[in-house]
Amino acid sequence: MQRVTVPLLMLLVAWVGQTQAQLTIEVTGGVEGAQPIAVVPFGAAEGAIPPLDVGSVIAADLARSGRFRPMPTRDMLATPHTAAEVDLRDWRLLGMQHLAVGNVSPVGGGFNIDYVLLDVFSGDQLLGSSAKTTGPGMRYTAHRIADVIYEKLTGQPGVFSTRIAYVTDQGSGGRVTLRVSDADGYGAQTIVSSSEPIMSPAWSPDGQHLAYVSFENRRAAIYVQDLGSGRRDLVASHPGINGSPAFSPDGRLLAMTLSKGGNPDIYVLDVASRELRQVTDHLGIDTEPAWSPDGASIVFTSNRGGSPQVYKVSAAGGPAERVTFENDYNAAPAFSPDGRSLALVTRVNGQFRIGLLKLGGGGSMRIMSSGTLDESPSFAPNGSMIIYATQHNGRGVLAATSVDGRVSQRLSQDSGEVREPAWSPLVH
Amino acid sequence: MNRAFASFLVLVGFLVLVLGGCASQAEKPEVAEGPATGPTGSYGADTAGVQRESYADRPWDDPSSPLYRKVIYFDYDSSEIRSEFVPVLQTHAGYLASHPRTRVTLEGHTDERGSREYNLALGDERAQTVQRFFLAEGVRSDQLTTLSFGEEKPAAPEHGEGAWSQNRRVELAY
Repeated sequence: MQRVTVPLLMLLVAWVGQTQAQLTIEVTGGVEGAQPIAVVPFGAAEGAIPPLDVGSVIAADLARSGRFRPMPTRDMLATPHTAAEVDLRDWRLLGMQHLAVGNVSPVGGGFNIDYVLLDVFSGDQLLGSSAKTTGPGMRYTAHRIADVIYEKLTGQPGVFSTRIAYVTDQGSGGRVTLRVSDADGYGAQTIVSSSEPIMSPAWSPDGQHLAYVSFENRRAAIYVQDLGSGRRDLVASHPGINGSPAFSPDGRLLAMTLSKGGNPDIYVLDVASRELRQVTDHLGIDTEPAWSPDGASIVFTSNRGGSPQVYKVSAAGGPAERVTFENDYNAAPAFSPDGRSLALVTRVNGQFRIGLLKLGGGGSMRIMSSGTLDESPSFAPNGSMIIYATQHNGRGVLAATSVDGRVSQRLSQDSGEVREPAWSPLVH
Repeated sequence: MNRAFASFLVLVGFLVLVLGGCASQAEKPEVAEGPATGPTGSYGADTAGVQRESYADRPWDDPSSPLYRKVIYFDYDSSEIRSEFVPVLQTHAGYLASHPRTRVTLEGHTDERGSREYNLALGDERAQTVQRFFLAEGVRSDQLTTLSFGEEKPAAPEHGEGAWSQNRRVELAY
């Protein structure tokens, strides 16, 4: 093992040096009821110098989910890398329910990762697979393996290989930057940067494009940018505001808010034909459209009743129906991936918090956050977590909370504000 | 408005005609395209520090002019013009009505509370309310542009009512 450790450390240092301003994740709340699991540091075959330990990335992912409590490496009695090397008694003794081991070997110019997941009590092999990858791709591959393990053990797709878009602001005349990082905060990349505001990043369902609002021409305009090539299109630049872009579930339509008609209303743009259709027409503010997962309806914020509340309208237009009745401020709705709940910004006793409202049951709203200026809720694509913007020590940071309330995390940068998180779809 | 000021405005109007509203020209932003680091927008609207010997062509920059007051403030989640600011807007409306070549941008802003896109819409409503007031006072629509920055450009960066009351505003940018 000594042979691997030294170059591994050097490579880790180089990696950290390259990714400045990455998000740091701290788990801030509870792992009660988390399942014990052991993820042994992965082995490296002769000739393989992996740039990172796949096992550590998997263990960190599982820990962050709040559903698992990976065993500290130092407590392990053995470090097997294949099923044949495992003595189940070692792990039963330590109270582990599951055990994951793996090995990295060189293949061509890249690597092959073999891994197995074992049920410690029955001895059953729950997973046994391999994945080809490259040095630079190894972190992503590790997240994918964590996704597979998570799904095997919980029945719910993992989202460790997804990404998060967010806006950073260096403050007082500094630059505003739209970034995308891995879901664990690593590998932050700049998508666009400006001395003027950037707002409202929204993912396309294929995870290849981001729509956003930029004031770079001194007024709000909506752009759609291809993340692979960097190429972007200006899709809305009407008089007044051009805001709140939201891709339809099939990716063909972009809902948005335009005030070219004299007040903010919801419109839908056909991305290919550029045909624009008005969906709401009301004298008050209509904004923040969000598509239902089936694409049939759009929820949005309107002050037509005097205070901001959430309404629902058919995507084809027509009369709007009020959805929220609790609290005097409800805005920025986001659909859960199953379409059964809405996360939103709500005001409780003068504090702006994230609320979770079950639709159609007449149930009451659950308050999911505890800040005073919380905003911008976005669901993880498996529906397990909600990420949102909050303040910590007077500074803008991101927070994520599991929908079951068991785990919470804080994501911050060493300097400047972070806000407007948007969780990417699942794309494999 | 007194007589001396009225004649001053006539003089100013003449100068504005001569100088042709060069003050409201915006610098073109730089937009580049490329992967990842992509396009950047730079905008140079910074006119602070420019010394002028006379305010004749821009009375709104003259601290002794009633046009110098170019910001009005709003109540929380409201786009109604507070009565105390009606005289301020009437002064500007009178000037604009008599100077049809002078253009002004009405910039709506909000405090940081609540959601960002709702605030962008609220800033738009505030700017449009001021626009409607000006139109009713005889200002021509081609003199007016509305713009909302929502909560993105606070005048005071702190968190609290002291800062919030300064941030709920419409700025008149000549």
